Amino acid sequence: MSIPFEHLQWMYETMVKIRTYEERLVEAYAEGKYPVFNIGAGPVPGEMHLAAGQEPAAVGICVHLKPEDTVTAPHRPHHHAIAKGVDLRRMTAEIYGKATGLGKGKGGHMHLFDPATKFSCGGIIAAGMPHAAGAALASKMRGKDWVAVAFIGEGAANQGAFHETLNLAALWKLPLVVVIEDNRYGISVPKALSTAVERNDARAAAYGIPGYYVADNDVLEMYRVSREAVERARRGEGPSLIEIETYRYLGHFQGDPEVYRAKEEVPGLREKDPIRRLREHLLAQGVAEQDMAAWEARAKAAVDEAFAFARDSEYPAPEAALEDVFAASEV
Amino acid sequence: MSRELTMLQAIQEALDLKLADDERVVLLGEDIGVNGGVFRATDGLLAKYGEKRVIDTPLAESGIIGTAIGMALNGMVPVAEIQFLAFIFPGLEQLLSHAARMRHRTRGQFGVPMVIRTPYGAGIRGPELHSESVEAFFAHTPGLKVVVPSSPYDAKGLLISAIEDPDPVVFLEPTRIYRAFREEVPGGLYRVPLGQAKVVREGEDLSIFAWGSMLRTALRAAEQIEQERGWRCEVIDLRTLYPLDRETIITSVQKTGRALVVHEAHKTAGLGAEIISLINDEALLYLRAPVKRIAGFDVPVPMFSVEDDYLPTEARIRQGIEETILF
Repeated sequence: MSIPFEHLQWMYETMVKIRTYEERLVEAYAEGKYPVFNIGAGPVPGEMHLAAGQEPAAVGICVHLKPEDTVTAPHRPHHHAIAKGVDLRRMTAEIYGKATGLGKGKGGHMHLFDPATKFSCGGIIAAGMPHAAGAALASKMRGKDWVAVAFIGEGAANQGAFHETLNLAALWKLPLVVVIEDNRYGISVPKALSTAVERNDARAAAYGIPGYYVADNDVLEMYRVSREAVERARRGEGPSLIEIETYRYLGHFQGDPEVYRAKEEVPGLREKDPIRRLREHLLAQGVAEQDMAAWEARAKAAVDEAFAFARDSEYPAPEAALEDVFAASEV
Repeated sequence: MSRELTMLQAIQEALDLKLADDERVVLLGEDIGVNGGVFRATDGLLAKYGEKRVIDTPLAESGIIGTAIGMALNGMVPVAEIQFLAFIFPGLEQLLSHAARMRHRTRGQFGVPMVIRTPYGAGIRGPELHSESVEAFFAHTPGLKVVVPSSPYDAKGLLISAIEDPDPVVFLEPTRIYRAFREEVPGGLYRVPLGQAKVVREGEDLSIFAWGSMLRTALRAAEQIEQERGWRCEVIDLRTLYPLDRETIITSVQKTGRALVVHEAHKTAGLGAEIISLINDEALLYLRAPVKRIAGFDVPVPMFSVEDDYLPTEARIRQGIEETILF
């Protein structure tokens, strides 16, 4: 399978952008929270779930999507949002709780909603799956070729909504692709202690749909299986299920003492870093170092600009909390 | 033996003691094992009692509550943890349609002795779905008891009573005061009975009814208003929201002739409405002013920048006291 150069470039640059973004948030989030961790302090209070290491899951499929395609994401949503093309400045402002944010600063990092890219996410496990199926059904009923992609974690595959959605989507041949990011842990519980099958792609058989497995956080393999799944959905042939083995470099949330995994685990994972592997692939393909450096610089500049925009923006007025409960009135 | 413990430590001790005391008691929930729960309420219990007594479950709230019902019907006493109150919503079908109704549905042949423990409430900069106060959902459902401690001592004694209760108990743990303060807590098993409110501060001019994290806010407002205006407010911690301690509520209102309910839940159809209705039924002619509610607003709990504006504050409570007394 040959991959168009512009796809490789986009995936590389987007992965760098995601990684830079998440690492910047590690620092910004930590401001004011130590020496004794106080989750309510600093410029970004509350929980923070970061996705450094999980970039291949997002870019490998979003490269095949159009703005009209729907994406739903879970509580760890930044890589999906960036890969779907959500405005980075307004996304960052939302994370900072500022009035210029995607949700006027009233949602925070787990509640990013962007009509322009048809992106949404939320903190309840597997809750986005039926929404994606509904988007897929709406696309089909309106005669569009738009697809929907639902990202979930491996822990979410044990929720009722997962199974209900897959049955509906298979029954109605919906243009839906479900991507399971297996980052080994549902917070602290390893997959082997929560899931009756070793690999969740096996569960596709229960609904008579294709199931794919991507081992070892391989972005090129993710690209390949995602293209098959998205094209199949676009052709109207129904849903697919993809599980990708991915890496979570950071804790479940920032401040997580990570008592549930060995200290050597993350350094071991970082040795197989997917961004470095893609970089080596590009070098082997003859891409020049200075070209890649230029892409990296562009990604970092976008992140810098987004954080500056967020920091410089204003908080919403307190009375704004009373707005938007209903369409036409305040409570 | 008596030491100063946080509410979280008191809860952990109650679980520890009941696991040791009654082999039918089993804990189950998400991340309660190795991780000791996301707030660490079950810290160390897996190591002490093993994975048959302290069970890490898949992420499946309907499955957790439904399985607990089956265990309770078959000789076990499950204590399930739901990681945050709003995570219970996927499991409400099992709780409201089955756990609550089983005794009535089987005409008394089967009870469901189980406890659902769950962190709840705002004030820790959790976003929506990590900060809800939907206690009224449960109090509205026949067959469920609803308990909310406001102190370490009560948390331990109420949780032990809840685990020993023959019926399902929803035990709501206010996250804002999990570690906010310590107080003396006796070692060993002791019980605080369900269904009994507690007069935390005596007064003659107005009765304030509160629970959970709002109790301390209400107490501070009562102290401030006494200093400023000389009015003495009685503050009552309801502790159990179903069944309500009607007698303590009515006795206090008969004494003071004025009342105020403080809750962080949304105002409309919150428990404040139920308490006011009870006062109307039983003590109307004692009232010298309408009973007020100081409550959260009718919006989803907002983000951190305005979270403190959502929650009832001492200032809002003081204003409510003034309006009631000067009515």
